[in-house]
Amino acid sequence: MQSDKLRDRDIQLIIGNLLRYGVWTALAVAALGGLIYLFNHEQELVHYGNFVEKDVSIFALVEQTLKGAARVKGDDIILLGILLLFLTPILRILFSLIAFLLEKDFLYVGITALVIAIICFSVFFGFAH
Amino acid sequence: MTVLTFTLILLLGACCAGFVGSLTGLGGGVIIIPLLTVVLGVDIHYAIGAALVSVIATSSGSAAAYVREGITNMRLGMFLEIATTAGAVGGALLASVAPTSFIAVLFGFTLIFSALNSLRKKEEHNVKNSSPLALALKLPSTYPTPSGPIAYGTKNVVGGFSMMGLAGMLSGLLGIGSGAFKVIAMDNIMRIPFKVSTTTSNFMMGVTATASAVIYLQKGYIEPDICMPVVIGVLLGAMTGAKVLVRANPKKLRVFFAIIIIGLALNMIYNGAVGNI
Repeated sequence: MQSDKLRDRDIQLIIGNLLRYGVWTALAVAALGGLIYLFNHEQELVHYGNFVEKDVSIFALVEQTLKGAARVKGDDIILLGILLLFLTPILRILFSLIAFLLEKDFLYVGITALVIAIICFSVFFGFAH
Repeated sequence: MTVLTFTLILLLGACCAGFVGSLTGLGGGVIIIPLLTVVLGVDIHYAIGAALVSVIATSSGSAAAYVREGITNMRLGMFLEIATTAGAVGGALLASVAPTSFIAVLFGFTLIFSALNSLRKKEEHNVKNSSPLALALKLPSTYPTPSGPIAYGTKNVVGGFSMMGLAGMLSGLLGIGSGAFKVIAMDNIMRIPFKVSTTTSNFMMGVTATASAVIYLQKGYIEPDICMPVVIGVLLGAMTGAKVLVRANPKKLRVFFAIIIIGLALNMIYNGAVGNI
């Protein structure tokens, strides 16, 4: 029982740090991209009144973003930051899965796997094939 | 409006939204949406995309501290995330087919409900006996206090789970954290102590929002140039708000802000109903 408690405490610390550093890294990247974007486009006019629906798979999107970020395009660097932000809770779940496996808590291994499956579902069915 | 002016106004507005959101406990995302749509004329789809991104940032940021302190019930959070993520995926898919006026009106009513709920007096629960299902799921736990850990039980798992599904759906449909509904599910239905329910709700928001954000991303709701000032502003405002909260319990301020928020919500309902949004 005592070692169980100790392990719970370690997991809390690791997940807490993961969330914290994940958010700060993501924000730093987004802020950098924002400055570059502002520097290049400050006098352009905004036009966000009309929504243009897109239909890009996340894999194509990640590829485009990485290519754009490599060419130091401001909006792609912001998007890279946003993608890192999305990755933080996903990493948190993957870490929980490993932690529950190590604790041999198979009920919660199943529950965590189900949540991961739902997120995967939204990745694959969020765009028209 | 030029990009520079737009970004600066948005940054300032997002700071205020984050500040008011943290003082009232409503969250900054829910306040930034009327600002974007009603004041700046941004399409509601971009507004909910940006709000959802700011929800992920603020909730992960503050969840980090609570998790380290051991107040968050991670098993409870994980179990209820089944309901919230499933609801969020459904909500996000619904958002892409629902007419914008419907989204605006539903948003207005949700905002009024959350604002009124934030003024309600909270009663502290601590049940000793848990239901058999709660025991089977290992949901009862303890939370630390200055005078040692306090044990708490859990009831009505099915009811709380269903309410969480609704909270997740609203989150995916409207781009909000829907903390008010999550706390109702845990507080009023499952009878979990207030401290645990608020921190666990915060902990769950990141994962719930990510489930729908992935859909938003692929459908083009997430416009980087809008998200950047919104996320940074909301986070700065929320951090300032948290500092003020520690020093004082601004009860009068909360009533004042709740009235303003209800005004914003009525404005959105009107604009949605006449088809301006």
